Amino acid sequence: MSEKRANPLTKSLERIGSGALFALRVIRDAFRAPFEVFYLLLEVADQGWRSLPLIVSSGLALGLVMTLHTRNVLIKFGASAWIPSLQSISFFVEIGPLLAALLVAGRVGAGMGASLAEMRATEQIDAIEALSVDSFKLLVVPRVVACVLVLPLLTTFMDFCGVVSGFLSEHFLSHLSLQLYLTRAFREVEWSNFIPPTIKTAVFGFIIGTVSCFFGYTTNEGAEGVRKAATNSVVVSSVLIIIADVILVKIIFFLFPENAV
Amino acid sequence: MNDAKDTAVALDHVSKAFGQKQVLEDITFAVAHKEALCVLGRSGIGKSVTLKLIIALVKPDIGHIWIDGEDITQLQGQELSRVRRKMGFLFQNGALFDFLNLHDNLALPLRRLTPKSEQEIEEIIDRVLHEVGLGGDKEKMPNELSGGMTKRAGLARALALEPEILLVDEPSSGLDRITASEIDDLLLQQKPHMTIIMVSHDVHGARRICDRFAVIDQGRLAAIGKPQDLEHDENETVRKLVAEKYDVES
Repeated sequence: MSEKRANPLTKSLERIGSGALFALRVIRDAFRAPFEVFYLLLEVADQGWRSLPLIVSSGLALGLVMTLHTRNVLIKFGASAWIPSLQSISFFVEIGPLLAALLVAGRVGAGMGASLAEMRATEQIDAIEALSVDSFKLLVVPRVVACVLVLPLLTTFMDFCGVVSGFLSEHFLSHLSLQLYLTRAFREVEWSNFIPPTIKTAVFGFIIGTVSCFFGYTTNEGAEGVRKAATNSVVVSSVLIIIADVILVKIIFFLFPENAV
Repeated sequence: MNDAKDTAVALDHVSKAFGQKQVLEDITFAVAHKEALCVLGRSGIGKSVTLKLIIALVKPDIGHIWIDGEDITQLQGQELSRVRRKMGFLFQNGALFDFLNLHDNLALPLRRLTPKSEQEIEEIIDRVLHEVGLGGDKEKMPNELSGGMTKRAGLARALALEPEILLVDEPSSGLDRITASEIDDLLLQQKPHMTIIMVSHDVHGARRICDRFAVIDQGRLAAIGKPQDLEHDENETVRKLVAEKYDVES
């Protein structure tokens, strides 16, 4: 009886352990020849280029909404000149990195999980192994590395779009000039507000790539496995991104104390 | 199994379970060089698992599997790859890589596993695709191919590395009789050049290609021998599996 009750916990712990070993294997194989440069470039193009419309439209919309929400409050306190600064720092430090990561987890993570699970279900992964080709290096490593490389770039686009839509909003509402908006937007911004939060998205990329590939590559349940892999990839990646964000923010505050002020 | 070194493939008291389900139990048989063996059995009794055990995609719980005198169950890494290269595998649904076109499906193993130049690789791809009747389709993606074409393409990929042993999983499943017969013809063309181990429900096709049948029933090897001998086997399942469909068609 007690053994039956312990099973779900044991299974969960086994799954976490398998996931950790999977992540370590990704890191080890990423630095081991042969390097799948061709497939890496394909993944970068697929994940980056195809995510760009989602990132740009979301950045523009969120930047607009954020300005509309904050300007009334800041005007009440006589701080309307701070609207551009608030917009840029919010996007660079937190909104851009976190939102880009969550959007990529939804679009790319689900796709990677589902495609690998389908390859498992249709015996494509077995076929690669049967041909004496390392399926892990061919299918998993390029996807994870592409995620790590692409997410900081997409975050930069997200930041840029947030600032641009903030300007457009301010320009239409208060006729603020571009030059004055940019001056105010970047007055309080340090490189340490931009570079560490953008680099931290590489960790988010690793989480998305590894989690999605883990669920897709290790499934063995046919069509049902494809559905589970897609869902679990998004849910688990998103939760881990938020947890990692808390930890990484503390690390950034420790390394760059001026950011915490 | 003393004669394991003289055979192309030998299973020596192999057992395999998935979770609580015992799929194969104490399976022992050997296949000689250039012999064609068909593994028969009812659905879900582990015929495909037998092929995956032979190419070490699945490891047995108990027992040994000898490929050309080498125990593949004890091999890992480069040594396992070296032995696997002796084998080609035609999967049930072709298992073409859906992110590559037909040409690149064949080129992938050739580029990685052989020192051949691009020109030599192109020549091999053209020759093998021509053999299976897909000479004009090498730019097509797998989702543009019909079921029969997918099987042919899977066979072409399995043959591209010129294997000594060809493993074939359900070559006629999902195909009409004419297309299935064409796939059988292609396998017959290969028969003089390699050892073939085939899993099939199509007894008619299997009789054309294979020298011997191995029948698995309830996880155990129920019988092995020439089809005409197995028609009179004392085990009713063996008789039905070997003869039933053949009788209907004849």
